[in-house]
Amino acid sequence: MFENLSEKLQRAFKNLRGQGSLTEENMQEALREIRVALLEADVNLNVVKELVEHIRARALGQEVMTSLSPTEQVIKIVRDELVTILGKDTARFQFASRPPTVILMAGLQGSGKTTTAGKLAAWLQKGGHRPMLVSVDVYRPAAREQLRVVAQSIKANIYEGDTKSETAGTALVERLAREARREAVITGCDTLIVDTAGRLHIDSELMDEIAKLKALLSPQEILFVADAMTGQDAVRSAEAFHQRLALTGTVLTKMDGDARGGAALSIRHVTGQPVKFMGTGEKPDAFEPFHPDRVVGRILGMGDIMSLIERAEDKLDKRKSEEFARKALSGDGFSLEDFRDQLRQIKKLGSMESILKMLPSVGPFAGMQQMAGQVDEKQFNRVEAIINSMTPKERNHHEIISGSRRKRIAAGSGTTVQEVNQLLRQYAQMRKMFKGIGKGGLLQRRAMGMLTGMKGR
Amino acid sequence: MIQTLFGSLNEEDPQSLSILDRMRKAVSRTRDNLGEHLDNVLAMARAIDETALEELEMTLIASDLGVATATEITANLREHAKRQQIRDGAELRELLKDQIRAILDQNTRKPVVVSAPPEVIMMVGVNGTGKTTTSGKLAAWYRARGKTALLCAADTFRAAAIEQLEVWGQRSGVEMIRTKQGGDPSAVLFDALQAAKTRQTDVVIVDTAGRLHTKTGLMAELDKMRRTAQRIIPDAPHEVLLVLDATTGQNGLQQARLFTESAGVTGIVLTKLDGTAKGGIAVAIAREMQLPVRFAGIGEGLNDLLPFDSEAFARSLLEA
Repeated sequence: MFENLSEKLQRAFKNLRGQGSLTEENMQEALREIRVALLEADVNLNVVKELVEHIRARALGQEVMTSLSPTEQVIKIVRDELVTILGKDTARFQFASRPPTVILMAGLQGSGKTTTAGKLAAWLQKGGHRPMLVSVDVYRPAAREQLRVVAQSIKANIYEGDTKSETAGTALVERLAREARREAVITGCDTLIVDTAGRLHIDSELMDEIAKLKALLSPQEILFVADAMTGQDAVRSAEAFHQRLALTGTVLTKMDGDARGGAALSIRHVTGQPVKFMGTGEKPDAFEPFHPDRVVGRILGMGDIMSLIERAEDKLDKRKSEEFARKALSGDGFSLEDFRDQLRQIKKLGSMESILKMLPSVGPFAGMQQMAGQVDEKQFNRVEAIINSMTPKERNHHEIISGSRRKRIAAGSGTTVQEVNQLLRQYAQMRKMFKGIGKGGLLQRRAMGMLTGMKGR
Repeated sequence: MIQTLFGSLNEEDPQSLSILDRMRKAVSRTRDNLGEHLDNVLAMARAIDETALEELEMTLIASDLGVATATEITANLREHAKRQQIRDGAELRELLKDQIRAILDQNTRKPVVVSAPPEVIMMVGVNGTGKTTTSGKLAAWYRARGKTALLCAADTFRAAAIEQLEVWGQRSGVEMIRTKQGGDPSAVLFDALQAAKTRQTDVVIVDTAGRLHTKTGLMAELDKMRRTAQRIIPDAPHEVLLVLDATTGQNGLQQARLFTESAGVTGIVLTKLDGTAKGGIAVAIAREMQLPVRFAGIGEGLNDLLPFDSEAFARSLLEA
């Protein structure tokens, strides 16, 4: 996997330890590493050049602080610079003084406009709005059908209209849009989301069409839907759409993958408009306001711990976790029953692999990301199966689990006595570790050991 | 003699000229940029010096070839320059083309010889790269070559994916085996292969749901589909084509790695080459994974799919 920027910088600065200031010479290799890191994250070449220039200017002449290593210092400059570019003004929506507010979705083929239109409608509904959807994609086979199914699944209003076997073309597109707006007014919908056909920015005919659509609807928001996996070409398409339509923002889709998302920087740079939302999954609610700091972390390969924490807050049962913590830290310790509950909670967060990947690859979690590929997910199921095969009494009093009980448990869970033994050993260790947590520092080391134990057999 | 741009175009094919023109037009956008850059580089560099090579490296990166691939190519050129084998820009261009072509061609797997019909082709890839569209076009491609084909609508997840493929089937006169949305993709694959076997259909094209390569569960589903196919036809799937959007950046490598791991990718279809994106990531993938590019998608029409030719691709990429 990728070596992240801070590891590279550490190498670049290995000869620089608290000596003087960052100079042209000692920065040269570091700047090269920064450039490569940004390019590997798909930030556009020209944007990278400009960025690196800024970073150089800011870094040069800075005293090497004793509190921060040169690496940390430069990383901080890079981070700040990227966060500044991406800006903080995300997810702010322009609503019309007289409803309906019209939102026009634009973008290349396959960027995720239809899915995003549905997610946006669901998001607006959650915020107390009454959105109406309409698809004016009369070109791609079954595109309008797709939006209909999406609308149905989130119980959103949709104007289906009738193509009356009219030839696909701008006239039909305009008629559907006009009718949809009228329908929105009549049915008291306060927002109208217009899903358009995917088009190439160099297709002058279709670009003319969407410009006409803009003139017809005068939308408050024109969102550019872009795939987070886009490479160097992102600037060209975004620029062309912006020139033609004066975009008001971007939605970055497919952020649940492992793309670095450098396109976000490129698009922001050429359009000057904020990235407002990001799509993070296939479900209608996998949609959230864009967080610049997180994406910067990803671009620099430093994990996305904020997303992990949020996911945890969203999915975990707080009361249960607190109870577990209280028990685990107190004299009684936690039972196998509690342990199973915790396992189930962790499973709700997603695969172990995806969790580990979100951890930053520096600091206390160093090395964890790399382990992601080696974790055997099935191991969790086996552990759960073993605990399931115990009687409630055994789960609450592990000390009664004798040899013959172990044999029975192994048979019941389709595992071996060795595996049962291993689990009991790990459980005993963990109990002890939690009780001694006050001594500090131990937890993380032990947790690492546990994970190593979870590696595939 | 017309240089065929993208491979084995049939000389008697009345469409060949127009296809050629369209391909030229499509690739020229790609070409303009790299070509333009390259000309700048070459104009400056009467003698091939370090600045020129570095500029060249950046230019390759700007075409999504990635840092590692661009560095390797540049390093090779530097070696040649040191040994004074490059005297001017024209030679540098020729050498660069050969390098890119050699990467695209390394260890090219020969297409599988199918012992008995049907040949099973599985289309895989992340969301929105054009799997359904390519499936439809591929069916038409085989039909135009006198083969019988069958489409298998195994994308049972995305809303209206089945209906979308159905339209393509109607356009090319190819029948489609389907189930309802939300159905089991392996079950519909099973049905399609049974039908194809009975009917002695030449080719079955399996359209699968788009999935991000990071979703372990969904990737396991592809593995299961492969095993299902093998139960009916032992050496199936004969081809697993990774459909790759030409606009994809460096994440394309990770896609190729993980899809190969789960689905056993045998080749790539590079789509949306009619835009301005260069599809340079295909070179990076070929370098690391030795995966050949099989087809190029250049538009939304039924015939906008062409067999890929690395020599032509590399050449047209560098033509001014």
